[in-house]
Amino acid sequence: MIEFLRAVKGRAYPRVIGALREPSWMLWDTFLPLLSLSAYVFVYRSLHAPREFEGFVILGGIMTAYWLNVLWGMASQFYWEKETGNLQYYIMAPASLESILAGMALGGMFSTTTRAIGILLLGTWLFKVDMSVTNPYLLLLIFVICLAAMYAMGMMFSSLFLLWGREAWVTSSLFEEPIYFLSGQNFPVKALGPYLSMAASIIPLTLGLDAMRQLIFPSSIKFALMDPYLELLFLSILTIVYLFLAKVFLRKMENIGKTKGTILTRWL
Amino acid sequence: MYAIEVRNLWRIFKTRDGVVEALRDVNLKIKKGELFGLLGPNGAGKTTLIRILTTLLLPTKGEAYVWGYSTATEERKIRPIINMVSGGEYSGYGLLTVKENLWMFSQFYGIPGKVAKRRIEYLARRLKFEDILNKKVRNLSTGQRQKMNVARAFLTDPKVIFLDEPTLGLDVEVARVIRDFVKEWLLENDERTVLLTTRYMHEAEELCDRIAIINEGRIIALDTSDNLKKLVSREFSLVLRIHPKINISWINKIERVQKYLTREEENGLRVRIIMSREESIADVVDRIIKHGAKISYLKKEEPTLEDVFLKLTGRGLE
Repeated sequence: MIEFLRAVKGRAYPRVIGALREPSWMLWDTFLPLLSLSAYVFVYRSLHAPREFEGFVILGGIMTAYWLNVLWGMASQFYWEKETGNLQYYIMAPASLESILAGMALGGMFSTTTRAIGILLLGTWLFKVDMSVTNPYLLLLIFVICLAAMYAMGMMFSSLFLLWGREAWVTSSLFEEPIYFLSGQNFPVKALGPYLSMAASIIPLTLGLDAMRQLIFPSSIKFALMDPYLELLFLSILTIVYLFLAKVFLRKMENIGKTKGTILTRWL
Repeated sequence: MYAIEVRNLWRIFKTRDGVVEALRDVNLKIKKGELFGLLGPNGAGKTTLIRILTTLLLPTKGEAYVWGYSTATEERKIRPIINMVSGGEYSGYGLLTVKENLWMFSQFYGIPGKVAKRRIEYLARRLKFEDILNKKVRNLSTGQRQKMNVARAFLTDPKVIFLDEPTLGLDVEVARVIRDFVKEWLLENDERTVLLTTRYMHEAEELCDRIAIINEGRIIALDTSDNLKKLVSREFSLVLRIHPKINISWINKIERVQKYLTREEENGLRVRIIMSREESIADVVDRIIKHGAKISYLKKEEPTLEDVFLKLTGRGLE
């Protein structure tokens, strides 16, 4: 267990230190997403949409920052690690690949949280978003479990992206826009209709956003997909399922890599 | 028990263009405490063999053991006791300092922080890179980077270390520091074992207790450096620089010329000929001049491992 935690700490370190060592990244990573959020806020204002919709956009922006980190910092990571030559040392080390991925996830959560806090503070201040949290403990729990489910999904994708063998940036790009749409990043996901919104619930971001919106903007319950406690339950199940699948695909990736030689041998 | 044992090992890759036999019936026994060299040109199968021994690849046929453990089924027992350095590798993260990178890799081996710190300082002193410990990796030169990579591998105090062309592309001074360090490291403990792959014959000669020559996936000779050179003890090498470039395929027809190797240079050719009779030198010179070329350099040399390789395979090492 100590060895596992040491490996987690070791792999989390570059992400934590990266966030602190390159403050200019934080500025751009906060400022640029805020510009795109502003566009949605102004659209809602011009349409005289309910005020809580502006809050939806800010919350969507915060959670999207995590989703982008899951895609570019988790799902694509083994591909980049292969390209730079780190992956072979990760496989060769006694530490499990699960511990390496857990370190990436924790480090990624830390670096993204600094950005998310920036978006939250600036967004609420600029657009005077009124938040009234009804149940802070439940909100915190849902936020944490939502992150766990999203990063577990990222762990699962990390092996799959490598197995699919395409350029990682292409695959990541493919997952960006559809997820923005299906998760209801800037609108209540209920608007997609019962079938599509239920199907979209396999994306942790969809359930997490819906539950957190209800807890932060109580007047928006009429737009909610389901009860937050139920969403918490589904998010917990998704976390377990994605972690299990991540483990299965990790073994599969390692096995295919070793038998076919396609994972680490660049000329194949 | 051997540090490394390989029995009838085959590795076949299926590619879009067909089948590649990277290793063909390789057999090796490397004793504990030995510095064993694998000498061969690019694509000979050196890296494939190392990948199998470091548990990164499974053999297609045959068996491989490290410290008595099967690389196919007991990788969990092998991984804590091995490590590897590759030439020209870019492991680590550019925004971390050298010290931070080394500490990070030590954590994947469960080394306590204080022990890691002590070992990093020790290795930095031994490999002469104390001055760059706090420098970011992205700002390192190739040589500095490779010193860090070597430290990364030795930091875990492995029983068996795989050095896959560790001095590839390095300047003479850095390569010498690394070679000296490897020799001293081995002397500190009787059981430490090194498998070195290289295409530099002088490196193999200087470091290795025994050398296997590998070509097209097969071990074609295995012995000490001195014994291998006995394979060409009755021959000598004639090295020439001629210009302009001419076709010298006729040179094989000269009596006692056994093999030859050419390398294109600016405005000419560098030719290495293995021959067994000094009288034939005049014939070679005469024929080159008759073909309209000039000789700007000519030297008779004692046989080297490259000559052994040339004699056995008909091609050069680089």
